[in-house]
Amino acid sequence: MIPSLQDLFNILPPVIIGAGILIALTLEMFVKPAKKIIPHFAFLVFLFTAYYSLMTMDKETYSLNTLMSGGGLTNILYFIFTFGSAIVVLISYDFIRKKDIVSSEYYILLMSAVLGMMIMASAKDFLMVFLGLEQMSVCFYILAGINRRNLLSNEASLKYFLLGAFATGFIVYGIAFIYGASGSLSYLVITNAIVTGQNITFLTIGLLLFIIGFSFKIAAFPFHMWVPDVYQGAPTTVSAFMSTTGKTAAFAVLIALLLPLFTVGNYQIFGPVLSLLAALSMIYGSIVAIAQKDIKRMLAYSSIAHAGYMLIGIAAGIPAGSAGVIYYLLAYTFMNIGAFGIVAYLEGVEETNLHIEDYAGLANQKPVLAALLSLFMFALAGIPPLAGFFGKYYVFVAAIKAGLVWLALVGIVSSAISVYFYLRLVVYMYFRENSKTITVFDSSYSMLGIIIAALLVIIVGVFPNTVVELITHFIS
Amino acid sequence: MTLEIILFILFALIGAASGVLMITRKNPVMSALFLILNFAALAGVYLLLNAQFIAVVQIIVYAGAIMVLFLFVIMLLRPDAEISILRTNPLLKYVAIGVGVLVFAQLIYLIFFFKPLNITPSDVAERIQIGTVENIGTEIYTKYIIPVQVAGFLLLSATIGALVLAKKKFE
Repeated sequence: MIPSLQDLFNILPPVIIGAGILIALTLEMFVKPAKKIIPHFAFLVFLFTAYYSLMTMDKETYSLNTLMSGGGLTNILYFIFTFGSAIVVLISYDFIRKKDIVSSEYYILLMSAVLGMMIMASAKDFLMVFLGLEQMSVCFYILAGINRRNLLSNEASLKYFLLGAFATGFIVYGIAFIYGASGSLSYLVITNAIVTGQNITFLTIGLLLFIIGFSFKIAAFPFHMWVPDVYQGAPTTVSAFMSTTGKTAAFAVLIALLLPLFTVGNYQIFGPVLSLLAALSMIYGSIVAIAQKDIKRMLAYSSIAHAGYMLIGIAAGIPAGSAGVIYYLLAYTFMNIGAFGIVAYLEGVEETNLHIEDYAGLANQKPVLAALLSLFMFALAGIPPLAGFFGKYYVFVAAIKAGLVWLALVGIVSSAISVYFYLRLVVYMYFRENSKTITVFDSSYSMLGIIIAALLVIIVGVFPNTVVELITHFIS
Repeated sequence: MTLEIILFILFALIGAASGVLMITRKNPVMSALFLILNFAALAGVYLLLNAQFIAVVQIIVYAGAIMVLFLFVIMLLRPDAEISILRTNPLLKYVAIGVGVLVFAQLIYLIFFFKPLNITPSDVAERIQIGTVENIGTEIYTKYIIPVQVAGFLLLSATIGALVLAKKKFE
């Protein structure tokens, strides 16, 4: 059956991004001042797609013989990807010029990665999941190494590529098991096969391998080894992009796959596995982050801990938990892009100003930036009324409802530990004398992006119920 | 004996012989060349099983693209270093033998004792139809056209990436 125009219309957001990539490539070839045009073009494409996704949210459909879905939850995820990427474009604009990185390709790869994420989020078939995942990952490998003059960036790219390929091996192996046991790649058929318990052993092995592979992608302990090196070596704006939207895409796949299985008795196999991953990630990320003196490494370990908090919501095995995870992802995307955005703003041409000592006395030199960075640190630490608090609140409540009180307690303890290293940065900025003033390249684009991210963190934090009710409406 | 059986015995003998020759060669380039012969013989067996598409892919992808990659890697990395690893660590040999025995046992089990799952069509004619190039082409360019497009974007991104990372100079 040939896909109809209606089918394409149902999955219009990824189609727009795909068209955007091709138009940007053509512009790059034929138009002289492409370097100036393409960032603006990418920004507009992202903004338009974000707007379109929000407007068409209530039309939930399957498309292309249940290969993909559109509307509902998928569109909320589209919004996170595209709006997050629009802010990443803003914080990248001057950063890329400062670092003298090839400009047009950077934005084209950004759009290609977003295309992969959207396909992952809308996929209802392992074929699409795999294609989307590879599309996203390949762009990430390249983006991590796009600063070719920097050896750390090269190392990050190669390390990410090798470990990412290893993780993909797990995922494909898992998919092979699932296909062998159920004879189909479609979620609907596989869910049915699990409910009826046909070939359940192989299905379980396959799903466990799949979850392990995705633990690499969401950076959960013990599959986190690549995270600190890659986030440190990659250009700061790329780290912002990978740690937020990339994590959201991987979580979107896990939620879409596991949500229908919550009601199946079989979930008692996956629940404990995910709980264990969650608990280890939270504790490990929070404790090791304390020892970090490099801001980017600290944010990388914090990213591992946040993956743990989000996993609680899936491990709980109730729809409210998944709604909490998506709210958390929305909040985390904007607070982390903001935090990385400020780090990129302050970073010098040669990877300077990244040590925590460099931030001492920043409040005197750059009061606005210091205030905004404090806001993001408070949000990441989970202090009310900012968005980070309610993200944690919803997943902890879901865990308690599901009877996983111990997991919620581990989460609260590790949040308490993590407050130390987030607030240490604030203390450095406000209560330490600056031994030297750092040279900062001012950028109004970055400032705009950071302020938008800060506003979203506040808005999402002040009206958490509206957002969560919307998400819950689409989940059930 | 029908022609089919004669051909099967021919391909099987070539496959087995090239497999043995592959693992007994001292020179890794020779091993790689015998592996190509092994792949080609395997493609012949696929053809006899009415899996034309897999046979073609076996030649194009495995015997063609992947083996060229293998040969490049062998020529770029010094193979002498690999030999010395085997000498200093004789345990590796036993691990390799163990894996070989395991795979062999698995194949014996599959061939003689395994009952196929009831998810493949029981009609033989229908099963043969699935494997033809024509059928796969029809499926790919109608039902699965969007995945093919996505795969196209994937290759496009990889090409851009290769250019970005390997290009000598940017204006």
